[in-house]
Amino acid sequence: MTQLIWDGLFVGSFYALIALGYSMVYGIIKLLNFAHGDIYMLGAFIGFALLTSLGGIPGSLSLVALLGVLLVSMLLTGSAGVLIERLAYRPLRGAPRLAALITAVGVSFSLEYGVSAIAGPNPRAFPVRLEGGVFQVLGARISLPQIILMLIAAGLMIALNTYIQRTSTGRAMRSIALDTNASLLMGINVNAVITRTFFIGSALAGAAGVMAGAYYGQIDFLMGFIIGLKAFTAAVIGGIGNIKGAMLGGLVLGFVEAFGTQWFGGQWRDVFAFAVLILFLTLRPTGILGERVTERM
Amino acid sequence: MSENVDTTQAPRKIGPPISRVSRLLESKQLGWVALAGALLAPFVTATPYALNVMTTAAIFVMLASGLNIVVGYCGLLDLGYVAFMAVGAYTAGILSKSFQLPLIFTIPAVLVLTVLAGLIIGGPTLRLRSDYLAIVTLGFGEITRITANNLTVTGGPSGIFGIPGLLKIGSVDVEDPAVLYYVTVLVVAVFVLASARLGKSRLGRAWRFVREDEDAAEAMGIHTYKVKLLAYIFGAIWGGLGGVLFAAHLSAVSPQSFIFLQSALVLMAVVLGGMGNMRGVVIGALVISLVPELLRDLGAHRYLFFGLLLVVVMVFRPQGLWPSRGYEPERPAGGTGDGEPGGGQSR
Repeated sequence: MTQLIWDGLFVGSFYALIALGYSMVYGIIKLLNFAHGDIYMLGAFIGFALLTSLGGIPGSLSLVALLGVLLVSMLLTGSAGVLIERLAYRPLRGAPRLAALITAVGVSFSLEYGVSAIAGPNPRAFPVRLEGGVFQVLGARISLPQIILMLIAAGLMIALNTYIQRTSTGRAMRSIALDTNASLLMGINVNAVITRTFFIGSALAGAAGVMAGAYYGQIDFLMGFIIGLKAFTAAVIGGIGNIKGAMLGGLVLGFVEAFGTQWFGGQWRDVFAFAVLILFLTLRPTGILGERVTERM
Repeated sequence: MSENVDTTQAPRKIGPPISRVSRLLESKQLGWVALAGALLAPFVTATPYALNVMTTAAIFVMLASGLNIVVGYCGLLDLGYVAFMAVGAYTAGILSKSFQLPLIFTIPAVLVLTVLAGLIIGGPTLRLRSDYLAIVTLGFGEITRITANNLTVTGGPSGIFGIPGLLKIGSVDVEDPAVLYYVTVLVVAVFVLASARLGKSRLGRAWRFVREDEDAAEAMGIHTYKVKLLAYIFGAIWGGLGGVLFAAHLSAVSPQSFIFLQSALVLMAVVLGGMGNMRGVVIGALVISLVPELLRDLGAHRYLFFGLLLVVVMVFRPQGLWPSRGYEPERPAGGTGDGEPGGGQSR
């Protein structure tokens, strides 16, 4: 039981990290960024490339190296997100929603098969794997890497929350989410803020990618597809556009999966996420924390 | 096609005079020419490989014409379209195999089940914003595939094989590749025509209205939910029957055939061909399914190319390469809904 809660918490923090980017972008420009899961994949591959080029890293330094690589990967995926926004999404802002959605699918496709063309279609083994002692807490097996990764994830989320609540850019983001035109009239540089939103969201997804690579040890070019879907589910569960909701939704989804897997078997794991998604969209499309009424298209 | 332009559209000056090429492309006989071409193709080359490729392409056209109803006419993004194909193929395969029936007798059951699938997935989500629909359909596609992968009745990961042929009358066996090709082409032609006619019907005009402005459509007395659900159900039927053809063609069905990539390829065919324009969609489907066969060297890079093409087309020509007339967003920029018209609005 404790084991299940812990597993749910751990997987959920990954989902939350990715769901944040989905939710931020959706909250601000009402775009479903399908490519977000692939940014996560891109992060994992950038981390892979950096670590491989660093060569052999002694085990004692692997955590330091990983943190450095994490930062660089976040910068690079963040820039990739900005580039994508600039080239693909900005020209379509204000276009029919269908066009923007299809573009997002196209971007997702390009990222997946672009990485596949460069890095090859076969799964790669991540050069650094976090090793660490396993200890028992209340009957649950908890390993050191899990704790480290969760601390990193929690740190990033707290930093993001502070940024959005306390800084002027964060206030600008919230204001654009409420009313873009009014924000424009109030002198907010809407484009700059949107760019920054994409940067932050993509950087978080990239961080999650590197962490997942280091934890699971294997990466492939389609790894972002399912997790992107699940992160979206998490965002919807928590209330899309709501930052705290995305974190909460990630954890809830993690629990649902952990318990569902326990009761029904691992091969149905992915089905739960989508079943929960459909259930939520039917019964409570605004999510747990969402207040705003779902608007019509 | 000038005389066929929707009468609901006010006459409108469209750019430069129609060129000879576009008059040729819009002539009424084009469909018959295409059908004749498809029927004559086996006389040019009838190797098993060529027949295989052509049958696959014809089935792909069927799927694209079904998705066109949902995406092109009604403007609902469906990212799990192969799920309906999977439902059709599995239903047909399981029933015909366990009762040793020719596939054609399973069609009523296929229709019932695909419509049911369309209702289950469309019912709750069509009331929501269209982006939710997109992601739910994506999830639905995955659920269908994973379920097929896990159940024993569907044969698990290896699927079901040894499915009986479509029909056998006397000495004419529809399992024969050439006969199957002709049957497929004829069936697909009927459904493409039906889809094109649907687009011009009263219901089709309602779909376009919903696509252009849902609130205005509702204000004009269109029951938007019902109309959208109908689009979804029609799409499901096309997909399900495409699945039956698929099962007949391969005589085997496995979960690997219904991955997201397939849905995305069908979507690309619809989008690149020109959303809502049946001729464009057919050409798009043929291009998407035949180009990889012609350009083997492109290999895995073709998906990268398709993805980039999708972005480029959407950015510069959001209505598709060859949209239906009257789809050009020529509304003056006003509310938040329309914004600037697409880059290449006249050719």
